[in-house]
Amino acid sequence: MKAAEFDYARPETVEEVCRLLDGAAGDGKIIAGGQTLVPLLVMRLARPSLVIDINRIAALQGIAANDDGITIKAATRQADVLADAGVQRRLPLLTKGLRLVGHPQTRNRGTVGGSFANADPAAEICLVARTLDAEIIAQSSKATRRIAMRDFCSGAMTTALTAEECLIEARFPPWRDAGRIGTGFTEMSIRQSDFALVAAACQVVLDKDGVCRRIALGIGGAEASPVRAASVEKRLAGTRLEAGDIDKAMDELQAALSPLSDVHASADYRRRVAGLLAARVIAEARDEAKAA
Amino acid sequence: MADQVFRYIAKKRRPKEDRRFIAGAGRFVADLSVPGMVHVALVASPYPFARIRSIDTEKALALPGVISVLTGAELAAGTDATLPGVDAPKVKRWPLAHQFVRYPGEWVAAVVAESRALAEDAVELVDVDYEPLTPVTDPEAALLPESPAVHPDHGSNVLFHKKWVWGPVEEDFAAAAHKLSFRARWHRSSTVPIETFGVLAQWNPAQQLLDIWASIQMPKFPDQLAKALRLPGNGVRVHFDVDVGGSYGVKRGLKHSILAGFLAKKLGMPVRLMEDRLENMRGGDAQGPDRIFDMQVAFSGEGIIRSLKIRALDDCGAHAGRAPLQLGKPIGAICGPYRVNSVEYEAISVTTNKTPQEAVRGFGQSPTNFALETMVDRVAATLGMDRLAIRHANLIRADEFPYTIPSGSTYDSGDFQTVLEKALTAADYPALLAKRDAARRAGKFAGVGLACCLEPSGGNSAFEPLFNPKNETTTWMEATTIKIDGAGAVVVSINTSSSGQGHESLAATVVGEVLEREPETIRVVHADSLAALPSNSPVGSRMAIMLGGAAAGAAKKLKETITAIGAHKLGVALDAAEYRDGAVISRADPSKKVSWEAIAEIAHRKFHELPPGIEPGLQAMHVLEVPTGGTLPGPDGRVQMYPCYAFEVHVVYAELDRVTGQVALGPYTIGHDCGVMINPDIVHGMTYGGIAHGIGAALYERFRYDESGQFLSGTFMDYLIPSAHEVPDVAIVDHCTPSPLTAFGQKGSGEAGYLGAPAGISCAVNDALAPLGLNITELPMTPGVLGDLIATGEKE
Amino acid sequence: MSWHDISLTVNGRKYRGHVPARLTLVDFLRDHLRLTGTHTGCEHGVCGACSILFDGKAMRSCLIFAVQADGATITTVEGLAPDPAGLSVLQDCFWETHALQCGFCTPGMLIAAQALLNHNRAPSDEEIRDAIGGNLCRCTGYKQIIDAIKLAASRLQGANDPVGPMSGADNG
Repeated sequence: MKAAEFDYARPETVEEVCRLLDGAAGDGKIIAGGQTLVPLLVMRLARPSLVIDINRIAALQGIAANDDGITIKAATRQADVLADAGVQRRLPLLTKGLRLVGHPQTRNRGTVGGSFANADPAAEICLVARTLDAEIIAQSSKATRRIAMRDFCSGAMTTALTAEECLIEARFPPWRDAGRIGTGFTEMSIRQSDFALVAAACQVVLDKDGVCRRIALGIGGAEASPVRAASVEKRLAGTRLEAGDIDKAMDELQAALSPLSDVHASADYRRRVAGLLAARVIAEARDEAKAA
Repeated sequence: MADQVFRYIAKKRRPKEDRRFIAGAGRFVADLSVPGMVHVALVASPYPFARIRSIDTEKALALPGVISVLTGAELAAGTDATLPGVDAPKVKRWPLAHQFVRYPGEWVAAVVAESRALAEDAVELVDVDYEPLTPVTDPEAALLPESPAVHPDHGSNVLFHKKWVWGPVEEDFAAAAHKLSFRARWHRSSTVPIETFGVLAQWNPAQQLLDIWASIQMPKFPDQLAKALRLPGNGVRVHFDVDVGGSYGVKRGLKHSILAGFLAKKLGMPVRLMEDRLENMRGGDAQGPDRIFDMQVAFSGEGIIRSLKIRALDDCGAHAGRAPLQLGKPIGAICGPYRVNSVEYEAISVTTNKTPQEAVRGFGQSPTNFALETMVDRVAATLGMDRLAIRHANLIRADEFPYTIPSGSTYDSGDFQTVLEKALTAADYPALLAKRDAARRAGKFAGVGLACCLEPSGGNSAFEPLFNPKNETTTWMEATTIKIDGAGAVVVSINTSSSGQGHESLAATVVGEVLEREPETIRVVHADSLAALPSNSPVGSRMAIMLGGAAAGAAKKLKETITAIGAHKLGVALDAAEYRDGAVISRADPSKKVSWEAIAEIAHRKFHELPPGIEPGLQAMHVLEVPTGGTLPGPDGRVQMYPCYAFEVHVVYAELDRVTGQVALGPYTIGHDCGVMINPDIVHGMTYGGIAHGIGAALYERFRYDESGQFLSGTFMDYLIPSAHEVPDVAIVDHCTPSPLTAFGQKGSGEAGYLGAPAGISCAVNDALAPLGLNITELPMTPGVLGDLIATGEKE
Repeated sequence: MSWHDISLTVNGRKYRGHVPARLTLVDFLRDHLRLTGTHTGCEHGVCGACSILFDGKAMRSCLIFAVQADGATITTVEGLAPDPAGLSVLQDCFWETHALQCGFCTPGMLIAAQALLNHNRAPSDEEIRDAIGGNLCRCTGYKQIIDAIKLAASRLQGANDPVGPMSGADNG
């Protein structure tokens, strides 16, 4: 289990990364934390001619918070984001999701950008980003572009990024709605640190009367990419998110999903579990908002 | 013997070998490096079944750094095939596929290069032309006459098929008020140690000697390796001082070692073959039992079990491996801890296009225990009886030992009721049931499982002649040598490698106990196979009994010698002298004393002070035949299997999530009786670990193949070993019923926990499912399986 | 394939290396530096036998290329003890509770546990299970490992210099 031969470069700027990607003519691969890429390399399931290490590019490190929300640079370690007080305060859904990413050792090395770029169907970070309508910023030698999360994950382990693009950052927009915000995140995995068979994320805003003014519900792991349950959101907005409201909406959710089937779980299983987890995260988010 | 007072045995003592491992100073095979060492990587078959038309190695050989590419044809011509264990001479097995590939991942060619990475580069350049054949994937279909044969020369897929009838089975069934039958399925899993198998082979032409360092746990390994390589036994030297990174049965890399040895000799270079995890999972030939049980039981209205009919069909994969014989060990405890009048046992071993099996902890006993305990619960459910009451009604009573079961084995000792009661008390069984009932009222699926299981221990070879009458092996010995140098330092030599069982602590403790010397001062070494006395390695839960017994035997001989030397020096008759604390004193006048050091000096330097007839030096060896061993099976197949029987009771609480099917275990209590524990921490550790392994087999671990025969569980992301999150806190309750057959009353414990955990967990899950009218008799019970089962049940 | 010169500090000692890009850090530690205490069990980041402290944080050395460790400060199991003849508190507790059998996962387990104790002297059972949840052990069922870590935590709570100078304490 040794990787096939490759060249290695450790540029210091994003521009240099882009030049190297151009030079590799589609055969370059960026490494950040390597927690997904290195297994693919050593199993020879990925065999780039050039591996470009972005770990030491200062411009790709860090978390910035301002009125436009929270921006997380691509090479920021998952553990650092998890420990970040600003993220905990302003992006609690991401903190909840990050707790379930791998385990401490993989979070110490794994990056947020790596999670996006590899786009595992069950990736918690992708699910949170999809739920909160985050944007991905990608840069190539020709252009910098913004990609909405709804367009970013194009299938299992595939994204809208081109072979010449470097993922720069993810931007999580703020929720400015008047009211109290609550979040919920949960997942079902066979062993605790396995990839989730199904994950669910929810963020709500309740007004002072406890009526849901805004809700975002995302489901990961069930389909090839995280999905938003738009019809459920529509049905629940304006309700008090009572148990009865949630139950009714879950039938709709399950009907709308087209889950994967594999050796670990059937499509029906994933559909049922998605309903269960969705109900749990909606209730969690509601209760948290009420208590806020 | 229960009242025996020990000095070192049964006391908390820090295991000797732990010191090097916590310092990172273990010496595992991958840690060894010799100058000029070259590396092997393997070309693996992408097909489950195919004919090899041709192999083109030209491009691989052209890669700089590549030394050699070996194919099956050359290897088969230069080595002898290994034996299948059963009488199936046309089922030939070599380390590399020859003419056919018979399972996905089978090794087709071996590339030798200057580094492992280069060897892997060259593997990609070996061009194999295959003609794919229709694979055999279903063990029952494989039995049909129209099935393709995995080994066409053998004529069918049946490697072994025999039905034994012990006692009046048909009469008992005819007379019984009740009968029931069911099928239980134990899917393919194994022990999967964290260290893969590795071997380093070095041929010394000047000495005509092949040195082997390997992560080995296998009886007769040096002999079989020499035979396959067509070398005399003294032409192979296996170094048993290699630390083995876990085994639990499977580290029998004979094929790896034949391959590495052949290459080392052919190339004149030290050759290292260290499996990577992919090679290990698919081509390491170390998968485990894959068994279908068809169970029938006859019982009375009071729940007294009278008779059993068991049909066990095992999917052994593409070669025999140890699979057929793993149907054999359970004969020694075929009715578990229960009083059963008659038993019919039909054992069938069938080949399919899957990875072969290796010996797995318990050697087939854990699947059998799972089937037996499922049966006991079924009997209780049928009669509406309490599961505890039915066990009490059928458990062999303490006053019935020694107790001979229908298949001919005599259980040495036990007090099953007391162990059961102690476990139930420790678990607070009534409270556990109340917890379950409260959980059920709250809408949860909760269950309590009980399992009463045996661990036959002291491993002998009785199943070998039973499964192959041409094999008359009845000797299954273990040996120890002890030397005391001229200054009184003690060296104990054992004759096998260790894979975590604590043999060095065991030998030192036993020798220290007998010689009354602090075990910490005793050095234990692992002799190489040329220097070693006969050993049958740590299989069959035997080392406490066999190494402990051999070490005690040698120490007792030394003690006699020392006493004789001391008496002579004191000028008193032998019976007037007494051995005390390593010195010899005069019984009449205890102030007259010859010290340990003085006796060592006499033995080594003062021949003039030695009593007549005593050899100079101070050493002893002892070779111990397995207690109760040594006889061939009778004509009806009745045979004494293992000598000693440890007993364990699992009391398991489980809650199931009704949607996700996830099982949360705990509280988890085990009552355990393995006689006298030589080192309690070691025994407890193996028990905790065995339970964790059993949790894996019950809930998570399965080698999966799809219908086209492709292997789906080749990495640690697909084969799911329990982590610290999945293993609950376990409480162990000890009980000690000494064995009358062993030096200190000890029994085996290396398989403890694993032998009953799958049964106990299955019983708990089935108890949780009972209110729904559902049951499951298939392991592993993964969330996906349980979730779908519950959903189906709720729909109906 | 590109080759690279690297320099790094391992267990307090500076090393240089000339490595091909594809060489993993664990293979560099084992084969080039002959620090064979760090083990490989799966080489794909699941088993944790290769855990090391990398700039003070526990990581998988099979998922890092050696060239990426240029300039890094690394602690392996060989660097946990305060001196070559001694044992760290944690190591001693592993011995005391017999928190191992075959010893193969032990180095990675010690690293994971040390990383926990470096920033948490009073971990709960759950925190301990989280810390070692990515390290597979096939022998012990984890019980005596958890006992060892708890024992070490209790001993360290009463000590002035809890982890010792060579323990690779997290400076952060």
